[in-house]
Amino acid sequence: MIEELSNKERQTEHPQRWGAILVWIGVLGILLVLGLGLTRSKQGPVGVGEKIPDFILTTFDGDQIDIEDLRGRVVVINFWASWCKPCEQEAAELEQASQSFKDQDVIFLGVDYVDTETEALTYLSKFNITYPNGPDLRTQISQAFRIRGVPETYIVGREGVLVDVRIGPYLSLAEIENAVLGALEQ
Amino acid sequence: MRNRLSLGVGLLTLLLSLLPFYGIEAQEPTPSDDEVNTIAKQLYCPVCENIPLDVCPTQACEQWRGTIREKLALGWNEDQIKQYFVAQYGDRVLATPTAKGFNWLVYVLPPAAFIFGAVILFSVFRSWRGLSEQEEMLLEVPDEMINDPYVARLEEELRRREHSEGG
Repeated sequence: MIEELSNKERQTEHPQRWGAILVWIGVLGILLVLGLGLTRSKQGPVGVGEKIPDFILTTFDGDQIDIEDLRGRVVVINFWASWCKPCEQEAAELEQASQSFKDQDVIFLGVDYVDTETEALTYLSKFNITYPNGPDLRTQISQAFRIRGVPETYIVGREGVLVDVRIGPYLSLAEIENAVLGALEQ
Repeated sequence: MRNRLSLGVGLLTLLLSLLPFYGIEAQEPTPSDDEVNTIAKQLYCPVCENIPLDVCPTQACEQWRGTIREKLALGWNEDQIKQYFVAQYGDRVLATPTAKGFNWLVYVLPPAAFIFGAVILFSVFRSWRGLSEQEEMLLEVPDEMINDPYVARLEEELRRREHSEGG
């Protein structure tokens, strides 16, 4: 009879043990996902010295610009939006800088973050911006750069490595020019 | 008499001048705010996380609502507009994520956790019931033990001992 009882106990213990294992696996899985998400959110934007993520920008004119094709040039990537007031502070200066570095293997790109096309085009026309600009479709580029907001500007060296980051607007044309010159000298 | 006539003419003119305005009400914009908000409440702007688009006060959200209105005016339906926003800003703008890739977890995990919990509860209750049955079994003396000569002899010995100790 004692054997019968212990057999019964064993029978009920077996699925319970598997249940507990499954629960722990589930809990650990959820913790892993949460941990990865938290690590990613705490990671901050792409840092100086890091290789920048690859992306293709489709401009408002319909052209496609592959960042890979710009290797060998200094690239200034500016994240902006028409609803962003601080972006307006640097808009005209960025255009001026793009004109002054036009013949020096420097290309400016504008990535329009979470915006509507009508307002974006009005903004570009208001500040007479002529360098290539396009929407950040599905927010893929901003997610790859892990931006925190707009404006943010990333200056990429000839080797595709990040040389300078500006969080927030540039306060003068001189600031932009110094940053670009620094990238050209490297 | 002349005064009465001029008063009557004046009143009639006043009434006639008011006639064309009867039945004119404030026009609802086309499409209406309700139509725009029906779609807007299903969307979230990534800039203002956790605030549905229909109540979000920022300029970006206002522009988005304007886009919904534009698309509705062009004859787009709800699904087409939502699809447009997903194509522009990604899946995260949707209040209810589409059931694909990792998004499946959102739909699968809660019912799975509920079923799993129910199974655990069921097995715990069953094990409790099993334990009480085992206890009852231990308390009950089976018939074969009652008729066992060894048990009968043991009881007899115990009775005799009690009797001799008592005497």
